[in-house]
Amino acid sequence: MPTTRAAVSIRGLGKTYRIGQHGHRATTAVDAVLRRLRHPLARPAYAEFDALHDVDLDIAWGEALGIVGRNGAGKSTLLKLLTRITAPTRGRIELGGRMGSLLEVGTGFHGELTGRENIYLNGALLGMTRREIRRSFDDIVDFSGVERFLDTPVKRCSSGMYVRLAFAVAAHLRTEILAIDEVLAVGDVEFQQRSLAKMRDVAKDGRTVLYVSHQVQTVTALCTSAVFLDSGRLAYHGGVADTLEAYRQSFERHAAAQADPRRRPGNGALRAEWVRPVSDVFEPAEEKRILIRVPRSDNLLGKYFVSCHVTDVNGVVLAQCDSRVVGGWYDPGVDEEVALTLRQPWLQPGRYTVGVFVCQTGVLDAWDGAATFEVMPGSPYPELTTDEATGAGVVLADFDYGRP
Amino acid sequence: MQPVVITPPGRLGLPSARELWRAREVLYRFGQRDVLLRYRQTAVGVLWVFLQPLASAGAFSLVFGSVADLPSDGVPYFLFSYAGMLAWNVFSQVIARSAPSLVANQALVSKVFFPRMLVPLSTTLAVLLDFAVALGLGAVLLVVYGVNPGWPVLLLPVWLLLLVAVASGIGLAASAVQVRYRDIGYLLPWVMQIALYASPVAYSLSAVPERLRWVYQANPVTWYLEEFRWALLGVDAPPWWMVVGSVVVSGLVLLGGVLVFQKHERTFADVI
Repeated sequence: MPTTRAAVSIRGLGKTYRIGQHGHRATTAVDAVLRRLRHPLARPAYAEFDALHDVDLDIAWGEALGIVGRNGAGKSTLLKLLTRITAPTRGRIELGGRMGSLLEVGTGFHGELTGRENIYLNGALLGMTRREIRRSFDDIVDFSGVERFLDTPVKRCSSGMYVRLAFAVAAHLRTEILAIDEVLAVGDVEFQQRSLAKMRDVAKDGRTVLYVSHQVQTVTALCTSAVFLDSGRLAYHGGVADTLEAYRQSFERHAAAQADPRRRPGNGALRAEWVRPVSDVFEPAEEKRILIRVPRSDNLLGKYFVSCHVTDVNGVVLAQCDSRVVGGWYDPGVDEEVALTLRQPWLQPGRYTVGVFVCQTGVLDAWDGAATFEVMPGSPYPELTTDEATGAGVVLADFDYGRP
Repeated sequence: MQPVVITPPGRLGLPSARELWRAREVLYRFGQRDVLLRYRQTAVGVLWVFLQPLASAGAFSLVFGSVADLPSDGVPYFLFSYAGMLAWNVFSQVIARSAPSLVANQALVSKVFFPRMLVPLSTTLAVLLDFAVALGLGAVLLVVYGVNPGWPVLLLPVWLLLLVAVASGIGLAASAVQVRYRDIGYLLPWVMQIALYASPVAYSLSAVPERLRWVYQANPVTWYLEEFRWALLGVDAPPWWMVVGSVVVSGLVLLGGVLVFQKHERTFADVI
């Protein structure tokens, strides 16, 4: 078993991408040579973009670390650096053992090869030796449950079988550290459960798991600690519950920053003035009304529409309510006050944010987290039960049981 | 277990031999995949390996031997051009297959880490298998024509190694550059086509006019061809400077190719 104290030790890690400022990079050798001939002294101009900035992190053996953060916060970049798919610009990483990655299921599978050949090819790519693959071969086949198709080209398999086989190979990696990027969202529920259990076993063996996800539920189910990345910086490192709390709070801070129209994306020809729910709290099954005020503007011709995104506390967009689909077009020549009425689905108790987009052909105003409201604890259903009867879904459905 | 340290890449660097050796299974599996795919997808399969050098050698001996009536150093023209094609095919196929290999495997390059050099290098395995088959056919032809190459045939593995080294060096550099500049894929076949006629593959060095011969002798491809013919056909040995030259060129080109490849390697996933 590994002897070094930390499984992964990261110091001052940074990754900077260069973005061509003129939006055009030579993609052919002829182009590159011609350009050099025309402008022999010109230095190429770049804009720099820090995907990851000065990250320090120690991860202990046996830890299952969840990595959470908004889109573009640098989660995948961090994982790519750790797995050496791309090289860091600054800093240093020390790995106490072999790093296996499970970045995308089925990468390296070839349709013309049989299941058996693909298992060997994929295993080798993931860093297994031939002996290791041979030793785990039966387990892999058992786990995937596709033994009947072992000697047929995988292009004849259903995509479900394909994915199971690919996951099975990766799940049997014997590396000391394992990096996973959102792969558990494959297969049917039963297979997902099995995959989750497998991942938990990995951590129990004293190995280390790094897990990047948008799904807060799986992070809670799988991880023993978590980090929260915010715009390329390590914003929080600690227990799962605390980190997820920090992650949630960042949504609210983000909403506060968005209240200033000048800091919002969109071309600004028209901006919403305010967005207010008619009440701060609603019952789960109550109609939720959101009022949006858009002042008149002389900078715009033609009608515009609005679109509201209702997002839960974990960042999942529950509904996109676009006024176009119900015939809502508005006139920029007058002050408009628009009311959105949301009847379905019923919402779980908790906190929700509403993002508002004012659009014409392009986006005029994008106001993320324009309003928040709370849904009261309580059940809209006729019978009284514990939370266990209603808590598993993301939303509450209006349903019934009867005889057919 | 020794810890793995990841730091920003330096400007130049040779790959870690230990890492390459540990990943040798990838090399083998890639090679196996190439071979399997080729024979599974083509109807004529293995026949193709025989047909291709036979057809080229047949066409060359018809055009250059019979129509143009060029000399062939006292060897039947068909056999003479067949030996040339054997060497040329190794050279051109290694380059032609390794150059586009990284772009063709871009899903892998951007998703999984393994020593990237193994992708272009693994294409050599399939070429060597083709060579082995064609060489077997060549042995039959030698018997049919009653040509005995003598002891120089024992040196054939050496010349093959030198030829594969020089072709791999070019292939490695081309594959790395093609990630950035895709038009290498169009330029390279054209360059190879010209190189085929600019080198004495289909005709003998002795058929070249005296005043132009130094140009041919300065072309390293000529050196490898002469060595192959010496080993296979029992013709006169090439001058010593060609042998020394080919060793030096193979070493330098391979080293250069590896350095170019390493320089680009760690940005592949960002560019591809």
